[in-house]
Amino acid sequence: MKTITIDPITRLEGHGKIEIFLDENGNVENTYLQVPELRGFEKFCEGRKAEDMPQLTSRICGVCPVAHHYASTKALDMAFGVEPTPVAKKLRELIYCGYIIYDHILHFYFLAGPDFIVGPEAPKAKRNIIGVIEKVGLDLAKEVIKHRAYGQKMTEILGGKPTHPVCGLPGGQTKPLAEEDRQAMIEMAVSCYDFALKTLEIFHQLVLENPQYMSMINNPAFSLSLYNMGLVDEKNRLNFYEGMVRVTDPEGKEFVKFAPKDYLNHIAEMVLEWSYVKVPYLRQVGFKGLIDGKASGIYRVGPLGRLNAACGMATPSAQEEYELFYKTFGTKPVHNTLAYHWARLIELLYATERVKELLSDPEITSDDIRNMNFNFTGEGIGIVEAARGTLIHHYKLTPDALIDKVNLIVATTNNNGAINMSVNKAASEFIRNGKIAEGLLNTVEMFYRAYDPCMACASHTAFTIPLTIEIFDKKHNLVKKLPTA
Amino acid sequence: MTEKLKFGFYWAASCGGCEIAVLDINEKILDVLNLADIVFWPVAMDTKYEDVEKFPDKFMDVCFFNGSVRNSEQEHLARLLRQKAKVLVAFGSCAHEGCIPGLANLHTREKIFQQVYKETFSTTNEDGKFPLAKVKTNQKELTIPEFYDLVLPLDKVVEVDYYLPGCPPPVPLILDAITAISQNQLPEKGTVLAPTKALCEECERNTNQSKKMPDIKRTYEIKADPKVCFLEQGIICMGPATRMGCQTRCINANWPCTGCMGPIPEVLDQGAKMISALGSILKVDEEKNLTEADVENLIKKIKDPVGTFYMYGLAASIINRSIRGGEK
Repeated sequence: MKTITIDPITRLEGHGKIEIFLDENGNVENTYLQVPELRGFEKFCEGRKAEDMPQLTSRICGVCPVAHHYASTKALDMAFGVEPTPVAKKLRELIYCGYIIYDHILHFYFLAGPDFIVGPEAPKAKRNIIGVIEKVGLDLAKEVIKHRAYGQKMTEILGGKPTHPVCGLPGGQTKPLAEEDRQAMIEMAVSCYDFALKTLEIFHQLVLENPQYMSMINNPAFSLSLYNMGLVDEKNRLNFYEGMVRVTDPEGKEFVKFAPKDYLNHIAEMVLEWSYVKVPYLRQVGFKGLIDGKASGIYRVGPLGRLNAACGMATPSAQEEYELFYKTFGTKPVHNTLAYHWARLIELLYATERVKELLSDPEITSDDIRNMNFNFTGEGIGIVEAARGTLIHHYKLTPDALIDKVNLIVATTNNNGAINMSVNKAASEFIRNGKIAEGLLNTVEMFYRAYDPCMACASHTAFTIPLTIEIFDKKHNLVKKLPTA
Repeated sequence: MTEKLKFGFYWAASCGGCEIAVLDINEKILDVLNLADIVFWPVAMDTKYEDVEKFPDKFMDVCFFNGSVRNSEQEHLARLLRQKAKVLVAFGSCAHEGCIPGLANLHTREKIFQQVYKETFSTTNEDGKFPLAKVKTNQKELTIPEFYDLVLPLDKVVEVDYYLPGCPPPVPLILDAITAISQNQLPEKGTVLAPTKALCEECERNTNQSKKMPDIKRTYEIKADPKVCFLEQGIICMGPATRMGCQTRCINANWPCTGCMGPIPEVLDQGAKMISALGSILKVDEEKNLTEADVENLIKKIKDPVGTFYMYGLAASIINRSIRGGEK
């Protein structure tokens, strides 16, 4: 086949690199999304004091530190054989919802916003947060900044720092909520709720009423028929902080529902030689390669995975939007990858409603925040729903409560198989018979970004936005590199 | 108004929290955008490495570099950005002194791979495959950056002009640094852009003047009194050995300082300084009556000394490599 462009290959490019190999007809044969980094928390946490783990593992990710902090704290609850007091649980969920608020706002406006608000066809130089500010105007930009800051502030009030909080201990919390802080948080929560509604309104106008976006969202070429996973409460409604892990099959039927402590019976991970990130799969289905369908054990997590794995939302406005979501698509589960964005905003709305509920609980300012009746078991597993999906911490402790062994399966790792497949689908759609259509890079990036992939979590390193794509022909000659220099 | 400045932001081996800290200046980010054009910011903009390679030398007025150097790609970028920036700032604890991921220097690369890709509970890897810098799969050659054997703070790779300490750097210090840059009032090169005293100086907890530590406890063992010095409650708090400037963020949440701001000036080794501080306050009242066995038992109560005294500073400390002898 004809060589289109040959750029000098610098092997030092990009935190995320996509390699595309074509067959003899110039169609996509294989794609590889490679994550180039590793930090090794599973090893260097050995020997540390167990009670330091919520702080140590928080450094896996500065974007979702609260998720790691509490997956870790919950693993300690189990290892110390202690049930946190009801007040402590409520405070944890309160902080947790603050984190979901700032993280989901960050993703929608700062990271995905350029795709939807500025538009995928806007020049590269405008496809960033500065372009978003220009498009939406300074007033809305200030609202975005304000409400992201409110989410951060809610976690800071109880956690000391929003990034890398220090408030979780086995059996409870370090600090109660003061009444004046509760008052301040109520104001923030009400404002965040209104802002979430406003954001959904913007999404409806920009996306749902835009035939071009809707045809992209509904394009079956960009769907993946996979299992879905998420935490649910006793009524199978979505929950971020606790519950059972529910997995539904590609047709939407419950495949399994398991307690966090049993996760090893259900999840296994495959090592890839060409990436520092592993690929998890459902053990009882098996790993059949990076393919979709009921026979493949690959599953999705994160906002879309959670909505699909649940039967509804536990707050009224979010439930209303949840129903609209499925009514619009006319099917459940929704397998369209770009539906992640809408699902994320439904969760944002839920988090703001839940914060309001928790703050109006008369018990929330009680100082009954520590249960110290330990019944040390030496092993603990904690599962929470990080913004990007199911997050698992599993520790074995020595008798003097030092860390002996650590296992971590983080949200973006859970999605690693699916992200690779979405990249493959987008590439296959844009490369036909040796012709590389305009917009390949933008589209691949859009699908990749829909997952809000956090490579800080996945490789326990830094998150990845800039991608490079290299396309090789059958003889493995580089035919095109994107973006071009 | 003179010509706008040019800023760059880069992250290497880090968690992304330093990027969030930049956003945490909130509406002031709009002032920064008025002050400077951001010419390189991988997390938020689409500038590629190749564009940076085309910058003239010293093109950027200031480059804020967060994260340590952990692989070949990051080393390449550290050198490139040094060349393209007039002023290079090590932003945050990882770039400053390796931070928590620097604890990986306790282990070799092989041991880390063995654990992550083979021994972790959920990994199925009977063939013992590890990721490789260069690998053939389906007859295709794929490469990823080489994972180094050590975590390197930025100044072990290139010359650093300033340090913004903390995990993540506190917002007031970020704003002070930006003000200093905008008014062309940066101090002498090599300065840590933070106050010079120990954290105890800004801590508002009560202490009895002589500061005595009665025993050694772990945080989960007691309900810490939020008004009393942690050391006086038996909890190891790194305050005496740690630079102030964080506004006691952790202590306000009733958790002791773990040392993320790094050592106070003139102290070569934060951990050694803390150990010496403990030596002078631990059971000082009973000092004369303590037998050697008592002292030994007391020391045994300090669990995981490396993780306690060098949680952030191991990769920059004088004990860094030598401690590998303890590798299991």
